[in-house]
Amino acid sequence: MSITAPTGVLAGVGRFTPPRRYLPVLGTFALFIGMFGVGGIRYEGFADPQVFLTLLLDNAFLIVLAVGMTFVILTGGIDLSVGSNVALSTLIAARTLELGWPVVTVIGVVLLAGTLLGTAMGLLIHYFDIQPFIATLAGMFLARGLCYLISVDSIPIKNETFSAIAFGSITLPGGYYLGWTAVFALVIVGIAAYVLASTRFGRTVYALGGSEPSALLMGLPVAVTKVGVYAISGFCAALGGLLFALYTLSGYSLHAVGMELDAIAAVVIGGTLLTGGRGFVVGSLLGVLVLGTIQTFISFDGTLSSWWTRITIGVLVLVFVVLQRVLTRRS
Amino acid sequence: MSQAEVTPPRPVVEMRDVSITFGTVRALDQVSLRLLPGEVHALMGENGAGKSTLIKALTGVYTIDSGQVDVDGVETQFATPAAAQHAGISTVYQEVNLVPNLTVAENMLLGREPRRLGRILRREMNRRAADSLQALGIDVDPTSELGSHPIAVQQLVAIARAVDTDARVLILDEPTSSLDADEVARLFEVMRRLREEDTAIVFVSHFLDQVFEIADRMTILRNGRVVGERMVAETTQLELVQLMIGRDLQALERIDHAAQEVAEAEETGEAAAQRLPVLSAVGLGRKGSLEATDLTLYAGEVVGIAGLLGSGRTELARLLFGADAADTGDLSIEGSSRRRLRSPRHAIDRNLAFCSEDRKAEGVFEELSVADNMLLGLQASRGWLRPIPPATRATLVAEFMTALDIRPADPSLPMRSLSGGNQQKVLLARWLITEPDVLLLDEPTRGIDIGAKTQIQQLVVDLAEKGMSVVFISAELEEVLRLSHRLVVLKDRRKIAERPNVDISVNDVLEIITGEPGGLAEKERVDA
Repeated sequence: MSITAPTGVLAGVGRFTPPRRYLPVLGTFALFIGMFGVGGIRYEGFADPQVFLTLLLDNAFLIVLAVGMTFVILTGGIDLSVGSNVALSTLIAARTLELGWPVVTVIGVVLLAGTLLGTAMGLLIHYFDIQPFIATLAGMFLARGLCYLISVDSIPIKNETFSAIAFGSITLPGGYYLGWTAVFALVIVGIAAYVLASTRFGRTVYALGGSEPSALLMGLPVAVTKVGVYAISGFCAALGGLLFALYTLSGYSLHAVGMELDAIAAVVIGGTLLTGGRGFVVGSLLGVLVLGTIQTFISFDGTLSSWWTRITIGVLVLVFVVLQRVLTRRS
Repeated sequence: MSQAEVTPPRPVVEMRDVSITFGTVRALDQVSLRLLPGEVHALMGENGAGKSTLIKALTGVYTIDSGQVDVDGVETQFATPAAAQHAGISTVYQEVNLVPNLTVAENMLLGREPRRLGRILRREMNRRAADSLQALGIDVDPTSELGSHPIAVQQLVAIARAVDTDARVLILDEPTSSLDADEVARLFEVMRRLREEDTAIVFVSHFLDQVFEIADRMTILRNGRVVGERMVAETTQLELVQLMIGRDLQALERIDHAAQEVAEAEETGEAAAQRLPVLSAVGLGRKGSLEATDLTLYAGEVVGIAGLLGSGRTELARLLFGADAADTGDLSIEGSSRRRLRSPRHAIDRNLAFCSEDRKAEGVFEELSVADNMLLGLQASRGWLRPIPPATRATLVAEFMTALDIRPADPSLPMRSLSGGNQQKVLLARWLITEPDVLLLDEPTRGIDIGAKTQIQQLVVDLAEKGMSVVFISAELEEVLRLSHRLVVLKDRRKIAERPNVDISVNDVLEIITGEPGGLAEKERVDA
């Protein structure tokens, strides 16, 4: 009988396979590592850690957008308004800074505006039972239109605090540096991962994606959660807008056109099911990094045209959607 | 004598003169219901009698138009299911209302997870779920994903969730429809334990035997009205059925009538055997669903498939219809050279029809009208380029609405507004309109009321008489035996017997399945 325990342990080690639900994320991770590996072999300097850190910096705003989008998609919804929301946020920030408002107030106003837009769409979706696609499509046009009310032309941001944050970075051992905006984005990812995994709100988000009628009959706070995810997506879009304003140091109505689709693509590549209920924020982070790596590839190569980015994204999204189908069908 | 001295316990829930109206339909008409602690209270009635509405009125899904609900003697009106749960009234619905993408433990404790500073204590949660499951004798890993388990286990988890809320009132709405005999026995054990702990249990079921086994008291509903409250011990099944359907002997006569016709048909069974087979399968099988099986169907014959849940009943029908592609074997259909069916499309083209057991997911288009639902099959077999002329549509629909007694008799109503029994009739009509040679019926009478059940059974008899070949699958052995000319018994995904249905009793079938002389205990279990 004394043999039982050790064999049990050994068998456990031998059998170790990651739970099914982590497979898509692990797939994305493997893809990302693979792409970096290939890049490192093909191009000189590609494997330098600074390339990776710059990748984070260049895509900080997209990471934040993808985080918000993950909440929405996990409930089975979609948010098409985030790109326009980013543009609106850059404009509000640029215009209010131009008017000389204090930086803290500016940030507060931008975040509030974005969150309100998200909340309004969430209320429409929940209480009037409007398709998320339609409600957020309306939000997308509305936000884009509001941009032109503020200014038709691009407004430069000359505020010193903004510039300081934009160019500021923390130095890592080995002389590498990581931009502040990237740090913000990673903190957001961490908070979101915690909320989704370990809070009642987070688990209700998954439950909603699993089956909304069931969630209702189980007595879960469906209304709060559903409106909540759109509010979070709106908040993340506004925060992404601030990061984008820092990245470009300008506010412009034509910023971030189609960026909502990049965010959705990143979430899908990150392994989140579009039907909801399955996926992780970390996956979305990896999704953004994969998208960013494609661009890095193209800039390192120099001979490839930039439209290869789009083609590769298209192929990747297709592959991942098909893989998800296969995985979920088998289980 | 001692009982008389004890004052009767105060009802936990008392509903008085509750009425609910949907549009012009009076779903509940002055309904009263008393639930006493430590009592299993059966809610009986045909489909559409108002059982579900009554439950939803009590649990805050619907708001009541008039009347009063007292909980512990205090007038209460729950605005949401959550409010009812907080007051200790938990419900387990017929369709499992949990989320498949989360773990068993999460499903049990969702909304009530143990937390510290807002953080869910996952280990504590798993431990607590494991304890509750163990207390109920359910052997499931709490960290496994709910969707990875069969429906029956999910149902038990749903009950565990409801029990775990320290419910003082536990409402079980058709909890046994997806459970097999063993699981029903286990559920009853759990119910008895809870009854001893003074929980008031509401039990809704179409299985009369189960009601008589477990319930103490029952309230019978018909057409949204209470037609009686009885103690189970003082009531016979016949009385109950009479109260439920209100047409007392009429329906029962019809069942006898149907049985008689089958008996007559049996005598001519030999003649049928000499007829040409309309469909014959040789070694038809599919990995993981059914071992190689031979089966021949003749015109004018009803073949009954008997077997327990998971025996391969449904799988056989799906293979015959091409809904699942067979790995092995050949299928020859009269007038067709194709050796295997790769899709339902091929089956339909060869005049096969299949009514799935999963009416909701695989049959009904809830948003479409009754007429559209009925004509889908015909339209599909005509091809989309040849629309059915409006006049033909109207005639066909009217004809079948009358023939199958579909109510309400308005073909323009959306399908979802019909009761389960009537939806089933519409699905039958869908296939009958295409005039199939072979009709595969998988559990056509499950979850529907006795009236509609009898009508469908009668229909099967009539169709076979007219020369159709019918495969009839049902979990109720008595029903299979009553209707079929030939009996096929499946066990563990294998055909273990096939014989003409002459002088076979339920007990005989049980002997075949269990491989041993069936005692009374087994008989009861499968009847249930």
